[in-house]
Amino acid sequence: MAFLELRGVTKAFGAGRNRLEVLSGIDLCVERGEFVAVVGYSGSGKTTLLSLIAGLARPDAGTVSLDGGPVAGPGPDRGVVFQSYSLLPWLTVFENVKLGVDQVFAHWSETERRAHVERHIALVNLTAARDKRPAELSGGMRQRVAVARALALDPEVLLLDEPFGALDALTRATLQDELEALWERDQKTVVLVTNDVDEAVLLADRIVPLTIGPRATLGPAIEVGLPRPRDRKAVNHDARFKAVRGRVIDYLLGPGRRRPSAVATGPLPAAAAVALEASA
Amino acid sequence: MANETLRKILFGLLPLVGIGGVLMLWSISSQTWSRNLPSPAKTWETSRPYVVEPLAKRGEMDQGVLRFAWYSLVLVAKGYALALLVGTPLGFLLGTSKLFAKSFDVVIQVLRPVSPLAWLPLGLVLFENSKPAALFTIAICAMWPTVLNTAMGVRAIPQDFLNVARVLRLSPTKRLFKVLLPATLPYMFTGFRLSLGIAWLVIVAVEMLTGAPGIGGFLWQEYNSLIYEHILLCIATIGFIGFALDAAMSAVERRFRTA
Repeated sequence: MAFLELRGVTKAFGAGRNRLEVLSGIDLCVERGEFVAVVGYSGSGKTTLLSLIAGLARPDAGTVSLDGGPVAGPGPDRGVVFQSYSLLPWLTVFENVKLGVDQVFAHWSETERRAHVERHIALVNLTAARDKRPAELSGGMRQRVAVARALALDPEVLLLDEPFGALDALTRATLQDELEALWERDQKTVVLVTNDVDEAVLLADRIVPLTIGPRATLGPAIEVGLPRPRDRKAVNHDARFKAVRGRVIDYLLGPGRRRPSAVATGPLPAAAAVALEASA
Repeated sequence: MANETLRKILFGLLPLVGIGGVLMLWSISSQTWSRNLPSPAKTWETSRPYVVEPLAKRGEMDQGVLRFAWYSLVLVAKGYALALLVGTPLGFLLGTSKLFAKSFDVVIQVLRPVSPLAWLPLGLVLFENSKPAALFTIAICAMWPTVLNTAMGVRAIPQDFLNVARVLRLSPTKRLFKVLLPATLPYMFTGFRLSLGIAWLVIVAVEMLTGAPGIGGFLWQEYNSLIYEHILLCIATIGFIGFALDAAMSAVERRFRTA
């Protein structure tokens, strides 16, 4: 059994005639220490998929299991970085990170917990901003705090929900590089959900495409196989990088665009088209 | 440059135009259609000792305006505190529990529009004493904005924050004090401000009916003694104090507005 495993997971919202099946028949295996990226269209259910793994939502059918046990709710073994940062605006950077640390490491002394928080703030290069509130930080800095908050709980799995989607291209590149460096250091299991194909190829060991919703399901996994550490500039001209990117895009624009039901395929949703164009 | 400053000064003086207009209307009214209405000058003359010695105490019902106002404020503070103490938790329950909200929404909507004049006799029946009856009346009239705004604030907490609380596995107390309360605080203070306005509004009615010493009691007594100038004095005092209370609460409210 894989470390993180989803078997036949289905999730719908609404009831009766308004019932909308967002995810259907999702099977996913992630090994310990693996970096997996789920790439798909906007609105195809990527966030829902991540919520299921996080335990924030329960599947209607199928199972989600971690390390052999079923996932029954959120837990400190899974760190989540939300798309919208979700920092508490009334707490400073330090307090935002410490909130979860106090809870999960309640058995440590206050001094140990403080040192642990400081260490994780330093890890994302925010020591100078430790006493600032989120409103005083840029988008990139806020997302760094969110990453520090998730990592500080020392989770087994890091779940990233389009973490850099709201950032400008340069900040996004910097944060991607930082994330890769962090991963090289800790080799944590990571599930990254994104609509940015380049981001997925640059960061992940394996890419799993998510077909267009509703009733989205996972397509065949694509191994990235590029040597690490990956240098953004070098990788851009690497034939293997281009090949993997091409395969992902071909799948998403080809089989991944066909809805599993008999409904005729409509035009590509505008947002998805933009996201895919950017990487094509 | 000088022109700009002059314009700013003139703009700042505009409220005086409104005050002047009201004084003029008052003055004309007192000389034309309402002979019983004392003129502004007469009002000032008769009120003078109460204003220039605002804290004087010459007798139980003959004291400076601020002294009377102080009695009223103390009573309001007690009733208001009671309103917040009951209203805030009630609002939280209403906002967090769908069952509770469904059970009590109708009751609240029915009780909310009842006038203080209707509550006071009930208070007298319940407590057989004017003091607790007054507190009861102020509290029950003033608490609704706090109840409803707190409930609205709790319902408006972004799902993201609740998810964070779940992912970080916060204990119920931590969840309350680190997430729910701070997120609701701006709404709660809007409720607190509106509640204070109502509490101050209610005090006059309560004092009139109970005859308690205070700005409202004084107003009623002077009406009965046919000293109409003092009615106007009391109205102005009540108005200015209400204005000051609201301004103070707005300042506090702004401080607590997060994000």
